[in-house]
Amino acid sequence: MQPFEYASPKTLKEALPLLGSSWADAAVLAGGTDLLSLMKEGVVNPKRVVNIKDIAELKGVAKAGSGVRIGAAVTLDELLSSPLLRAYPALTEAARGVSGAQMRNMGTVGGDLCQRPRCWYFRAGFGLIAKHEGKDLVADGDNRYHAIFGDGPARFVSASSFGPALVALGAKIKVASVSGTREVDAAKFFVAPASADAREAAIQPNEIVTEVVLPGAATKNATYEVRQKDALDWPLATASVALTMKGASVGSAMIVLGHVAPTPYVASDAGSSLAGKTITAASAEAAGKAAVAGAKPLSMNAYKVQLASTAVKRALLAAAGVKA
Amino acid sequence: MAEYKWPEMSKRKVMGRPFTRLDGVEKAAGRARYNSDLNKPGMLHAVMVGCPHAHAKVHSIDVSAAESHPGVAAVRVMAPAGTEVQWAGYEVAAVAATTEIAARDAAAKIRIDYEVLPHIVNEADLKKVQSRAKAAGEQIEGDPDQAVKESGIVVSEGTYGIPTLQHSCLESHGNVVAWTPDNKVEFNPSTQSVTSIRADVARALNVPAANVHVHQDHIGGGFGSKFQPDRWGVESAQMSKTAGGKPVKVFLDRSMEQVIAGCRPSGFATVKMAAKKDGSITLWDSQSWASGGIGGGGSPPIPYVFTKIPNQRKLHSAISLNTAPIRAWRAPNHQQASYLTCAPMEDLAAKLSMDPLDLFLKNVQLTPRADTYERQLKKAAELADWKKLWKPRGSQTGSLRRGLGIGVNTWGGAGHDSTCRCNIHADGTVEVELGSQDLGTGTRTIISQVAAESLGLHLSDIKVKIGDTNYPPSGTSGGSTTVGGVSSSTRKATLNALDKLFGEVAGALGSQPDQLEAVDGKIQVKGTPSKSLTWKAACQKLGVKSISETGSNVPKEAAKEGLNTGGVGGVQIADVTVDMETGVAKMNRLIAVQDIGLVINPRTAESQVFGACIMSICGALMEERIMDDITGRMLNADMEYYKLAGIKDIGEIIVHIEIDEQNDKRGVIGLGEPPAVGGIAAISNAVSNAVGVRVPTVPMTPMHILNALNGRKS
Repeated sequence: MQPFEYASPKTLKEALPLLGSSWADAAVLAGGTDLLSLMKEGVVNPKRVVNIKDIAELKGVAKAGSGVRIGAAVTLDELLSSPLLRAYPALTEAARGVSGAQMRNMGTVGGDLCQRPRCWYFRAGFGLIAKHEGKDLVADGDNRYHAIFGDGPARFVSASSFGPALVALGAKIKVASVSGTREVDAAKFFVAPASADAREAAIQPNEIVTEVVLPGAATKNATYEVRQKDALDWPLATASVALTMKGASVGSAMIVLGHVAPTPYVASDAGSSLAGKTITAASAEAAGKAAVAGAKPLSMNAYKVQLASTAVKRALLAAAGVKA
Repeated sequence: MAEYKWPEMSKRKVMGRPFTRLDGVEKAAGRARYNSDLNKPGMLHAVMVGCPHAHAKVHSIDVSAAESHPGVAAVRVMAPAGTEVQWAGYEVAAVAATTEIAARDAAAKIRIDYEVLPHIVNEADLKKVQSRAKAAGEQIEGDPDQAVKESGIVVSEGTYGIPTLQHSCLESHGNVVAWTPDNKVEFNPSTQSVTSIRADVARALNVPAANVHVHQDHIGGGFGSKFQPDRWGVESAQMSKTAGGKPVKVFLDRSMEQVIAGCRPSGFATVKMAAKKDGSITLWDSQSWASGGIGGGGSPPIPYVFTKIPNQRKLHSAISLNTAPIRAWRAPNHQQASYLTCAPMEDLAAKLSMDPLDLFLKNVQLTPRADTYERQLKKAAELADWKKLWKPRGSQTGSLRRGLGIGVNTWGGAGHDSTCRCNIHADGTVEVELGSQDLGTGTRTIISQVAAESLGLHLSDIKVKIGDTNYPPSGTSGGSTTVGGVSSSTRKATLNALDKLFGEVAGALGSQPDQLEAVDGKIQVKGTPSKSLTWKAACQKLGVKSISETGSNVPKEAAKEGLNTGGVGGVQIADVTVDMETGVAKMNRLIAVQDIGLVINPRTAESQVFGACIMSICGALMEERIMDDITGRMLNADMEYYKLAGIKDIGEIIVHIEIDEQNDKRGVIGLGEPPAVGGIAAISNAVSNAVGVRVPTVPMTPMHILNALNGRKS
């Protein structure tokens, strides 16, 4: 392990200048549930580790206008215990899906968004695009947990539990650097890298996620995760949905799939197809099918198409409060 | 001469009672010290460099930069130039340094030039591994060709696979070792065999066995994978010597533990079975293959339990893969055999439109223990509420479907070689000493129970000392042989010591030694409590002496003595619910009915079965080693994608151990392996019963289940 500096700033103002202009300069440490293993495996080798757990500005869940602001250093457990988030079951269900108490106690909202992919080729040091001696490790190797959507070279799946929910809810992600702050639509925060040098999040080495801003919850929303284990396990496929209702029928619907692409995957056609309809077992199933219409599974993961479709159906039924 | 036979079941006072483990609180509180917790003064930390290629020749290896790295005390080349490495992760070099980080950093500086050679790491498709297949001769019984032509028979055929598993010991493999300048070796391993590992270390280091001392209080998981000192044990000793005798600690990190320190061989088979319309099985015809790494290995004994099927043809091939070699796994080859037999039987029942329970019952005469299996099948079915809950395959609708399935087991479990020494001191204290080990199963506790029973004392009056080569030799804890071995040797040693004590005190009681008995903390004239001495008063008669007597279990004489024996059967029934839309299978219940002999402690016995069931649930639903064809490496060398069940994934486990007067007369029988055998077969059969088709490939993951439902190949 490369020796590194350790900094534990108490304010954001102190923290930001400690970040670097390249990824190798500094790594941000919050819960450490991902960073520690990345460093141990030698996948990242920062010159400096910046602990942000003691920065008060990054903590807390609070009202912000009609919506809610969640600090980046809020733990999953804190998020689950906040009464302000009861109108956002899409988010809290995703937090519950991290079914290890230790992970919920340590893991943070910002960390969930910034954690690196779990792709086993990436973790073994073959990079995000996973090439080895000219071979495409994902396409020609074991891709049972990989993407079923996407045309780019990256076939890992976004590891974020909150990503699909935040995109469905229309959340914004605030990012700060020494040059100021900016707000990114959740949908634009996640990026499918086009090359081995690119990253999977729209964040620069000198930036830090400071908070997530949820709009007023005028939607019925839900998340459904297909996980094999009840114990700590990565989902195989997830869906987060947010429905704006017009009376008993759907005005507009956002349907976002997780763990099926390098980013949360917005199933726009499936969403629009629900406009004007009521949510029933039949319409939810049809939307589920529509959501995976463009899927291009790899050699081993055709089963995930059905999982994604089922997740959409179940999330829609949960959001609308309809029993299947 | 003492009479060693066990006291009658109804007269036992300490044996047969459900004491909690003597070391339970210590372990639960985290106070138990494992050798991986050791931190000796001046101790060095060792790490190894694993080969990244599944098959390669070492051209050159340059350790100079590692040697000059700060803090490095010793560097060893484990695979010199010219070595042909046959699996990824193979240990090529080792470094010992003052800290683990220094050792890792130095190891990263070792430059190795490889010539990469072609590899094969997956064997599920037999056609693709023909070049690596070594066929055993065809075995034929009866007339299989004729049997398949008989009129009125029903034939069922399928291909089944069960993957390679990794032992995944929570305490990884390793040791702390000091080889000091006086040529003495202090070895603190994580081992299933304290006694025999001394000889292995002595041989490997060319040191007299008398100079090697081994000590271990606890072990954090072995399951058959921790019998040897391993290459890292030997190399770490060499590095200690190089470093002037400083202790060297080497324990594998999780990734290496998963890659090189475990391996239950796989098992695959295409099986054809036939039966008459009434369910009488007439034919077994199998082409099977398996791999346990580069040496091939793994020949499951099929047909399992139903060995007397009249017409049989068997052809088995061992596949050599570029993967780390086989290690024994709790009931070697039996899980594979049980699955490769019980799954085709379930499919045959479906083809016959027969309840599989009836098919198993109909054919118990084809097993060596017809009465046992018939009784157990009925008991397990009763506990499972089979008659009410079982539905024919394919008859259910809806997205959640419940299924039941059956698996069977058999095992030996007779006691191993074991010697116990019992010391009785003049102050009344009693020590029993054995060079054995407690794998977490309760060995300490049952030794205490046997000693207390024999001496008429309480559990707390006995000091059990195990895990050290200063104590008499005791066998390897493998094959469920420990309980039979240590209970018998303890029985004999304690009674031998008691005989001596009787000799010392008979005069004071005005009686003869053979007229005395030890009861309720007293030595008394048989049946005459008025003529007695308290245990303490009796021991005081020893004066400056103490008693030290041994007793041994010798396997070939054990049956005659009746203290321990082997040979059991068992039945498991699984109850699962499968979500047809997600392919997620959840355990409702696993019912285990187990035949056993004399039970010294019903609580630790039940715990053994719980553990075995949990292991089966992991193996049936989650666990598999995933090898990458391109890089030749294990992809899930972790506990993230090498999936193991958590508490909520286990469901209810219902254990029925057949404790009764008749079984008791058989003496003590080991219980470690048998209940770990049938669960995988039972669970996979339950899944197939629920979903309506055979899911041929274990584990029963959403991928395999949905692929089977959609007619995709897994």
